[in-house]
Amino acid sequence: MTTEALTPLWEVFIRPRNGLHHRHVGSLHAADSAMALQAARDVYTRRGEGNSIWVVRSADIAASDPSFAEPMFEPADDKIYRHPTFYDIPDEVGHM
Amino acid sequence: MYSQGLIGADSSTTESAEFLALFQARIDREEKIEPNDPMPEGYRRTLVRQIGQHAHSEIVGMLPEGNWITRAPSLRRKIALLAKVQDEGGHGLYLYSAAETLGVSREQMTEELLNGKAKYSSIFNYPTLTWADIGAIGWLVDGAAIMNQIPLCRCSYGPYARAMIRVCKEESFHQRQGYEIMMALARGSDELKELAQDALNRWWWPSLMMFGPHDSESTHSDQSMAWKIKRFSNDELRQKFITATVPQAEFIGLTVPDPNLRWNDETKLYEHSDIDWAEFKAVVAGNGRMNRDRIRDRNKAHDAGAWVREAALAHAAKRADRNAIAREAAE
Repeated sequence: MTTEALTPLWEVFIRPRNGLHHRHVGSLHAADSAMALQAARDVYTRRGEGNSIWVVRSADIAASDPSFAEPMFEPADDKIYRHPTFYDIPDEVGHM
Repeated sequence: MYSQGLIGADSSTTESAEFLALFQARIDREEKIEPNDPMPEGYRRTLVRQIGQHAHSEIVGMLPEGNWITRAPSLRRKIALLAKVQDEGGHGLYLYSAAETLGVSREQMTEELLNGKAKYSSIFNYPTLTWADIGAIGWLVDGAAIMNQIPLCRCSYGPYARAMIRVCKEESFHQRQGYEIMMALARGSDELKELAQDALNRWWWPSLMMFGPHDSESTHSDQSMAWKIKRFSNDELRQKFITATVPQAEFIGLTVPDPNLRWNDETKLYEHSDIDWAEFKAVVAGNGRMNRDRIRDRNKAHDAGAWVREAALAHAAKRADRNAIAREAAE
């Protein structure tokens, strides 16, 4: 096995154009944030895919556990009163 | 570009029948599997192997074409080839990052490529002897790759499928630039046309081998199909490629080097000669013309770059220290 130090992993987010969110596109390895940004430009925006890049150390991302997805998101499932269709409004009132 | 299907994977798995049935049900509902989802060990192992081989193929695939960048016949051809080789490097990186979501490290994958343990597509173990080979690679090798990769965009593993969508978007220029090179040669002097025909003669059969062994010989295909890692069989994809490519050869007046090639009006498929599987096996086993050179060149590049990686890490560590001291001073 290699004895070299590991180069950190970064997650890359790109905003395709103003008005849209930054969106996760993949990851890459780089020694620091400046090099991660430069590598992200070369790897993920060779054909005008964006005008803004975020890079975040993968190790700094806290993620929910997919095996607990059900109990995590279940509380929202039975709260139908959070949706507009739960409320009865006569048709005569028109669009609301 | 592409690695052929999958070379020697072990998809055996030890989970309970109930776990496997639940997983299969998710696959059958066309649900995508994402990185930390529960998955059978065999599914993970197959994907690590396949995505790894695919990534290695992109990286090694830069070598035969890189061989001609400095000797491209015009500036137009040179910038196109540079952009193509840069894309192949990028494709390798998308794929490594997809494989890493399955818990394998980049360092481990790199190590396995450099020590010869990992496989990559047999096609890159053939030499690029003339400029026409660059045309043939773009046209045939990338053409075969596209046939293979389009169904992979619907692969059940999310990160692999997403990487393939990016790759497929970028590949179509690769094939077109290759065909344009072939067309220019085929329409040139007799000597240039001969160069194009010679390249087609040498790349045709290796390109057909890219689809992997016959379905009857392809042992891990069934499990990969059930898990929807793979959507079409090797032979189906190979036929599709032949059907698409033969008329393209005819259009530019080149002859596919197969005396038994015949259109069958009933099956709507081309009949062709048997593929030389002994050659395929020899190349996969490491005895192609360029196997040793490719691994030697990758090792050379990796070793020569070691000081850059070390310096970058040292620089990052120094800056982190300096920032920490500055923060403390400010507090």
